[in-house]
Amino acid sequence: MVTTAENRVPEAAPPDEWQPRIVAFLCNWCSYTGADLAGISRIEWDPTVHIVRVMCTGRMDPTFVAKALELGADGVIISGCHPGDCHYQEGNYKALRRVHLLRRLLKDFGIDPQRLRLVWVSASEGVEWAKTANEMAREIRSLGPMRADA
Amino acid sequence: MTTDVKTKPKLALYWAASCGGCEIAVLDIKEKILDVDAAFDIVFWPVAVDFKVKDVEAMADGEIDVCLFNGAIRNSDNEYMAGLLRRKAKILVAFGSCAYEGCIPALSNTTTRAATLDWAYRDSPSTDNPDDTRPQEETEVPEGTLHLPAFWETVRTLGQVVDVDYSVPGCPPQAHQIWGVLEAVINILYHGAPLPPKGSILGAGDKTCCDECPRTREEKKISGFVRPHQIIPDPDKCLLDQGILCMGPATRSGCGGLCVSVGVPCRGCYGPPPNSRDQGTKMVAALASVIDSEDPEEIDRILDGIVDPIGTFYRFSMGTATLAGARRGVSAHVSADERVTP
Ligand code: SF4
Ligand code: SF4
Ligand code: FES
Repeated sequence: MVTTAENRVPEAAPPDEWQPRIVAFLCNWCSYTGADLAGISRIEWDPTVHIVRVMCTGRMDPTFVAKALELGADGVIISGCHPGDCHYQEGNYKALRRVHLLRRLLKDFGIDPQRLRLVWVSASEGVEWAKTANEMAREIRSLGPMRADA
Repeated sequence: MTTDVKTKPKLALYWAASCGGCEIAVLDIKEKILDVDAAFDIVFWPVAVDFKVKDVEAMADGEIDVCLFNGAIRNSDNEYMAGLLRRKAKILVAFGSCAYEGCIPALSNTTTRAATLDWAYRDSPSTDNPDDTRPQEETEVPEGTLHLPAFWETVRTLGQVVDVDYSVPGCPPQAHQIWGVLEAVINILYHGAPLPPKGSILGAGDKTCCDECPRTREEKKISGFVRPHQIIPDPDKCLLDQGILCMGPATRSGCGGLCVSVGVPCRGCYGPPPNSRDQGTKMVAALASVIDSEDPEEIDRILDGIVDPIGTFYRFSMGTATLAGARRGVSAHVSADERVTP
């Protein structure tokens, strides 16, 4: 792959048009079900949050986060079962450690670590999920597009 | 590809932004260098033979059979030479960590061109430059105009500037691996051995450094990191088990476990292991699995023991670091049409 000026990301749209793009990785057993509940209950949340289902937050390779940001995401949410509730016992603790270290890397790369958020949302917390998504969208709107961190 | 044995295949070696270690590494193959000389016509090798750039410019396109190119692309001259040698060589090899993944020169991608130049010409303690003289791309002197290469904002890998056929990792590549690569090239050119698939990594293994390490591993549980000078490590036990940050789990095999066999943690010079696009995030994954805590505050305390995470995790691969590209809006891996745009 040859990187030239031609394959830079196009300039972001002017601030009044700009909408964030947030990727949310939700574990299958708690958070995805929680978001599903929010949907069934017709609770709306910010449409800039796009959900990807993973089996467990322990499956979240830090590379996925880096790749999402590389491909144009402005923020990433990882959401799993509450501590002690992971379907695979320990996946969420592993995610916790990874996120703590990854946030340090983000900072060193000049990327605001707030762009990566780890939360716990259970299968019954539809309202909680919507709140999380909205908060993150608000946060990323105030941070602006990724490239503005420069 | 077979070559008429009467005319020896042509070999070129070049250095761009590099320390010169890769050049020395080629000589580390010792008397086998005579075999190389017997097998190839060395047409360009600034460190060892006296051909000039104009000699290369005068060649027909594709006239050089193989070019081993070491060094990263830091300035306009590096980029010109990359383009020139790409045109003149049938097979272009990114040789060594700088050309392959940026290596030490690319660590400056964590900062800006301006800050790099300020440090080098004004702020570093060893700089004595009261007039703040800076390199100029053009300088008028009575004899005419002098030119210096333009210093780019970022350091790129060879593969980010021109099309690369193969890569040889290592800082520097180890002599036995270099000889292995040259021998393979000889077999291809003289005996019609098949070319490896384009894009292959040559001169390295397909596992991790841990797989070549003689130390005994236990199930890792780390409750704190130490730096190598702070303890006398057990000579037989895994260094990471002892809390010393060792890049082994996130590094490609190939060196034979050189550093770890003599008590020094692996610094990661063979780049990310197979099937991994990013050495740093690979290391994050590996380390987070072995830290022995489930408490956020304690985790942070343990992580405080990692001095300079990005400089450590990407010491050799900053040129292809996904997050550095994400931050600049340039991808080390992704082409324009793969990118999602709003
Ligand atoms: S982490 Fe380092 S010391 Fe431990 S097995 Fe891997 S290479 Fe060897
Ligand atoms: S042990 Fe690691 S740093 Fe040392 S030569 Fe091997 S890959 Fe490079
Ligand atoms: S299954 Fe939900 S975090 Fe592991």
